Amino acid sequence: MDTLTAYPLKLDGTDVPMVRFMNVTKKYGALTVLENLNLDIAEGEMVSIIGPSGSGKTTVLRMLMLEQINSGVIYVDGRPLTHMNKNGALVPADRRYLRTAREPIGMCFQHFNLFPHMTALQNCMEGPVQVLGLTKREARERSEELLELVGMSEKRDQHPSRLSGGQQQRVAIARALAMRPKVMLFDEVTSALDPEVIGEVTNVIRKLVSEHSLTMLMVTHQMGFARDISDRICFFFGGRIEEQGTPDELFGNPKRERTQQFLSAVKSAD
Amino acid sequence: MAYLEFLAEFGSRFLDGSLITVAQFLLSAALAIAIALGFGLLKLARHWVVRGVATLYIELFRGTSLLVQLYWIFFVLPLFGLTLEKFTAGFLAVGMNLGAYGAELVRGAVRSVPKGQWEAAYALSMSPARRMWRIILPQALVIMLPGWGNLLIELLKATALVSLISVTDLMFEAKQVNSTTFLSIQAFGTALVIYYVFARFLLTPAMRRLELSMARRIGKA
Ligand SMILES: Nc1ncnc2c1ncn2[C@@H]1O[C@H](COP(=O)(O)OP(=O)(O)OP(=O)(O)O)[C@@H](O)[C@H]1O
Ligand SMILES: [Mg+2]
Repeated sequence: MDTLTAYPLKLDGTDVPMVRFMNVTKKYGALTVLENLNLDIAEGEMVSIIGPSGSGKTTVLRMLMLEQINSGVIYVDGRPLTHMNKNGALVPADRRYLRTAREPIGMCFQHFNLFPHMTALQNCMEGPVQVLGLTKREARERSEELLELVGMSEKRDQHPSRLSGGQQQRVAIARALAMRPKVMLFDEVTSALDPEVIGEVTNVIRKLVSEHSLTMLMVTHQMGFARDISDRICFFFGGRIEEQGTPDELFGNPKRERTQQFLSAVKSAD
Repeated sequence: MAYLEFLAEFGSRFLDGSLITVAQFLLSAALAIAIALGFGLLKLARHWVVRGVATLYIELFRGTSLLVQLYWIFFVLPLFGLTLEKFTAGFLAVGMNLGAYGAELVRGAVRSVPKGQWEAAYALSMSPARRMWRIILPQALVIMLPGWGNLLIELLKATALVSLISVTDLMFEAKQVNSTTFLSIQAFGTALVIYYVFARFLLTPAMRRLELSMARRIGKA
């Protein structure tokens, strides 16, 4: 255990990253999944995480949204996410703090996880009404706008069971955006989709990248897509960042042997 | 035409008894649902003491006989200064007993809502109470409805026990008619048919319809 006094209560200065992992370790029982992770993501940056199965990619995202960490500190927008300030010292965050601290983060899942008992529109309105306290009318306006953005306006009154996988995922993206997040997390949002509908989801993400200044962290197996839209690629191996760089650096000229092996393996699988 | 004469003479008593049975059924069902929801959710609480209280209740009421519970509530509680009317004691006992079974249904259904739903609700920063009420319970309801169909039939049948503390329900009236006329076949046969019709032609179709409309709302039918 490192001492928490080594960590700032708050990140100050000129270039505070939107997300900062400082020496973060995550264990499941005896299994150390991530060890001493240090990673900064700048505001508006699109970072893709690639790597073999089990290397800890999903875990990186889940620590921001769903899981607690074992040591280290995560900051979001300069404020500690995993810890709270108690009398001038950092202490591990309680559940309530975590939940509110995570409000500026949105997440999209591999299996969409839309609420099946609500229509597309109701799915999008749920968070704004129940959590942000918007009126139904405001939430509806906002949600309709976002469903338009993801091209799902026409299906807004359908329940998820009536939508294809690609359509469901687009609604899920709209639902997350309706909370006006500063950071968006995408965990393999296309891997449960039929090949012919992957494009409709990646196009939405492309649009977000080009038209919005969201900070995004995306786990993906689609190397071409990652290369196209990312500002930076992190290659994970065995719970650590083995190599990172711009898409051209990492895909064009990987330095580490494991990166080379991984990239040639996925290329030959394509 | 002996049976028609029998009905002409005692029909109104069977009718009165049936109404009491329906009232017992409705009240004890409402109580059982409330208890099931309460203790079913408590059983999922994070704190072990809270869970322990729920477990204790469920074990106590499932592990002992309903008839004994009924007698406790009606005959023993007065010794501790709590005297209940027989009608009240009747539906309390039935509701509390079947509620314990219902609690297990609720707990099981809530737990079988897919993990992704909990996570999606959490990712929207919903509070635990909101998440349960808005996201998890509506889906759990669909899962547990078939179980409730069975349980409510059990509950209807269990209400016959209240005749043993002289609540004038259908069973009580049948016994009374039997002991004055000795027409056992007619008396208990009539009761049998009425219970069956309640269960089979009122309760079961009603639950079916509810299941269907719930499934439709969730988009599964
Ligand atoms: N809830 C959990 N309990 C125990 N172990 C877990 C849990 N979640 C993940 N793990 C383990 O942590 C390691 C990293 O998992 P993670 O899901 O982050 O991998 P990944 O890189 O996303 O893999 P994939 O490409 O298959 O999705 C794996 O060894 C996995 O078995
Ligand atoms: Mg994963």
